[in-house]
Amino acid sequence: MSQNTMQVMSAQNMRKTSTRQKITRVLSQTGVYAFLGLMAAVVLFPFYWMIISSLKSLAEYRLSPPTFWPTQVLISNYSEAFTTASLGMLFKNTMIVGIVSTLLSLVITIFTAFAFARLEFKGKELLFALLLATMMIPGELFTITNFATVTNLGWRNTYHVLIIPFLVSVFYIYLLRQNFMQIPNELYLAAKVDGTSDLKYLWKVMVPLSLPTLISITILKMMGAWNSYIWPRLVANDEAHRLITNGLRNAFTDTTGDVNYPVQMAAVALVSLPLFLVFVFLRKYIMSGVSRSGIKG
Amino acid sequence: MVESKQQWKAWLYLAPAIILLLVFTVWPIINTVAMAFMEDYSGLASIGGEATFRFGFGNFTRVVQNAEFQQALTNTMILCLITVPVSTLLALLIAVALNAIKPLQKALQTIFFLPYVTNSIAIGMVFAAMFNVIGSVGTRRPLISSYGIVNDLIRMFGGNWVNWINSGSEYWANMFVMIVYIVWNALPFKILILLGGLAGINKQYYEAAKVDSTPRWRVLTRITVPLLSPMLAYVIITGFIAGFKEYTSIVGVFGESMGPVHEAHRLNTMVGLIYDSLASNNQGRASAAALILFMIILVVTLINLRVSKKRVHY
Repeated sequence: MSQNTMQVMSAQNMRKTSTRQKITRVLSQTGVYAFLGLMAAVVLFPFYWMIISSLKSLAEYRLSPPTFWPTQVLISNYSEAFTTASLGMLFKNTMIVGIVSTLLSLVITIFTAFAFARLEFKGKELLFALLLATMMIPGELFTITNFATVTNLGWRNTYHVLIIPFLVSVFYIYLLRQNFMQIPNELYLAAKVDGTSDLKYLWKVMVPLSLPTLISITILKMMGAWNSYIWPRLVANDEAHRLITNGLRNAFTDTTGDVNYPVQMAAVALVSLPLFLVFVFLRKYIMSGVSRSGIKG
Repeated sequence: MVESKQQWKAWLYLAPAIILLLVFTVWPIINTVAMAFMEDYSGLASIGGEATFRFGFGNFTRVVQNAEFQQALTNTMILCLITVPVSTLLALLIAVALNAIKPLQKALQTIFFLPYVTNSIAIGMVFAAMFNVIGSVGTRRPLISSYGIVNDLIRMFGGNWVNWINSGSEYWANMFVMIVYIVWNALPFKILILLGGLAGINKQYYEAAKVDSTPRWRVLTRITVPLLSPMLAYVIITGFIAGFKEYTSIVGVFGESMGPVHEAHRLNTMVGLIYDSLASNNQGRASAAALILFMIILVVTLINLRVSKKRVHY
């Protein structure tokens, strides 16, 4: 309806349209909720199926039509999964690699971002542009040579092969540098006048002020260790250093056919559980990290 | 004096990152490009430094002529061309719908973000379980003990069950499963970015549309989509980049065999092919394949940027 017709509309007419508008609004709101509800159900279904399958007996799992809630809850699938996949060992390995690589990565990221945000040196802009340019190159291109490098160094099947090659992340440096730049330069100059050392200023002022970004980086890095698959499988596929995702795939090689799905789904649920906990308690940090990566595009 | 001291200090702060980048980022770029242009380069043959490799394009021609490469490229292209538009459209609809409601908005937003924090191998195994048929599938008279939940739902609505991923399954059935899984996996990131974009749109546009009582779909196509176009362009470009690097989701559903039992490697992708060449000590070919992948990603990104420059309204 154009503005002109609106103007000539009588009061009675106005009332009529407003009730009609109300009805269409209720109808369309219902439609919106129905659509979102359906999509939410689709998104949630695999999680639901994972959990109820992990609690069924094998005989019940094979029932057709299936049961949508286990008639007899079988917790023993979980202990069986834990031993079949030797999940304890995999958890331990992944935690060691995750924690050590996160701590080292944070130190390197803080130093590098500080240099780019606060210090003056020749070729700063060019160096930063070159760093950003490497983000375009697919990781596979690096992997081919890195595989040869770590083999020559004799690092295969060690912890450092899983930690050292990925300590520097240009993306994290970029994120933190943006955050550091927002801290007013006057603070830095005031600290200089007081004779505070750079290191002390960095630790006492800049790090606390960028804590949310550092937490985002920590979570993303830990999740990276938890979910990494290709590189660990390539360079550290022995029992002693195998990481969780690779171990899960190794323990259950068959995906199709007559598989003991309840146990397999219990293992999958156990591997997913820490991720869910992170999601429940630290969601906002993940979301802000992810969405900030979006803004730079 | 002070200037030079700062110079020196800056490089000290940068040192750890620069050393690691030189070893694990800069050197690989140089070395991988070099290996790609050395005829039949193999890490095994180069041990001892005796063997020399001629310069040439042999690795590239051999990769391109390889039937497995053509299959992998086709698979990757199909996955990209279907999953990127489907997931972008669905994410747009979900984001707009989420933006239009008040009660339950936060709860639903949380649900839609959930797939982002999952392990793609682990959830791939769940998708395999949902589509798997237990019984003697692929034989002349199949004896089925369980059709799997997806087939059960299809049968509930009166349809015929499909052999999705088991022995004897069709290529398109496999592809369908992968498309569903990849779209499911790609939604949360896209929804998050688009919701962020929607929050930034000035409410006045919608007020004006309301005064004119513009129909909903017109508001969507004439106001929301144009104003959201930078975010849409970003989501589409990153979607294509991720699509061309697809690998682990297929390992999740089908395992290392990258295909159903009767035809392993049928669903191999570009990245899978690179690792296959690496595993068989064909570093020259692996490097050539990686460079081809890089070029494809670069070209697709440039085309996307070109198109979006014409279409994107800031």
